[in-house]
Amino acid sequence: MLEAAGLECVRQQRTLFSALSFSLSAGERLRIAGPNGSGKTSLLRILCGLLAPGAGEVRWRGERIDALQEEYSRQIVYLGHAPAVKDDLTPAENLEIACRLAGLRVQTKEALERLGVPQDVPVRKLSQGQRRRAALARLVVSESVPLWLLDEPYAALDAQATASVDALIAGHAARGGAVIFTTHHETGAAKARVLELHA
Amino acid sequence: MLDAACCLVRRDLLLAWRRRSDVATALLFFVIVASLFPLGVGAEPNLLRAIAPGVIWVAALLSSMLSLSRLFAADHADGTLEQMLLGASPLGVIAAAKAAAHWIVSGLPLAVIAPLIALQYGLAPELYGVLIATLLLGTPVLSLIGAIGAALTLGLRGGGVLLSLLVLPLYVPVLIMGAGAVDMASAGVDPAGRLLLLGAMLVFAAAFAPWAIAAALRISIE
Repeated sequence: MLEAAGLECVRQQRTLFSALSFSLSAGERLRIAGPNGSGKTSLLRILCGLLAPGAGEVRWRGERIDALQEEYSRQIVYLGHAPAVKDDLTPAENLEIACRLAGLRVQTKEALERLGVPQDVPVRKLSQGQRRRAALARLVVSESVPLWLLDEPYAALDAQATASVDALIAGHAARGGAVIFTTHHETGAAKARVLELHA
Repeated sequence: MLDAACCLVRRDLLLAWRRRSDVATALLFFVIVASLFPLGVGAEPNLLRAIAPGVIWVAALLSSMLSLSRLFAADHADGTLEQMLLGASPLGVIAAAKAAAHWIVSGLPLAVIAPLIALQYGLAPELYGVLIATLLLGTPVLSLIGAIGAALTLGLRGGGVLLSLLVLPLYVPVLIMGAGAVDMASAGVDPAGRLLLLGAMLVFAAAFAPWAIAAALRISIE
């Protein structure tokens, strides 16, 4: 599905990685590992098209992602460091907007119930962990999207929420979707291929 | 595509409603700036009547600038901007929706309360229509051009000041046409020419600014 060929990333005159090539097929899980500052987030941002690689290219089903643009965006979910939820809106409102922007079917109620997030309290009033879950609810509604790119999906989660993220990732892979994620945790990564980045 | 744009406008209006004080601040700023001039230049009625269109327009420019730096900054900080870039609709459409929401929140109210300021300055009531028309045609251009600047200065230190330096010179044609149309009408000349030019600027900005905003956002987000 996804192919990276000869990727290079240079940030502030420092080469984070170069000549990085790998490919990912349906149903596969890829964990990007490496110390802080080794370019894990940059790699994910290159893979989702937010960042242009210094060299090399990313291909989705044989076509370059910079040529596909929105067509490629429709095939991916990107969960970044920032939660992408608005503090002044409720989790339900946030999720509905996210669905509409991504062109997905709106089904906020079940998704939030499944993760145990209150529906109608402004996100500002939620705890840190609940905010993370409100952000993760995007994954529940994105089951039909083939490629998930998750940056530290396990950060700031309790054991129960970690388990539900594990279940979401495993479920997605079982459906034939591909998942690329970064994490310091070992949980859920047991069946994932590991791509090691060196600082 | 249209669904995403409507949803985004609705979202921004909802956010503005939940933070009503921000909107009120920009409006009060407009009223106060416009009210300062008589205190500075004296209360001579003919002088005030003469400077009224210019003062109202300059106050409108400054007030519309005030909220520009927040246009993309909040979305950038909480990650929703990345999601817009990765959305299913073209970024130009998203950018146009953001600018439209900015106009509804910060431009439209100016056109509504401008007659109040005009009343303070003793502007002839038959000129209110022209004044409102210039503001309705001109303020969307301010939002569209301003959004390009806001996208370019996104994430920069001291971006607010740089944004003013970048955008205010580009506002000059709008200012000249806007204030000029009211001046012409007060001199008894038909202002249609100026209004049509303002309309042309709006059409031009609406057609090209969204793509410039989109390109600027892509650069800034890297």
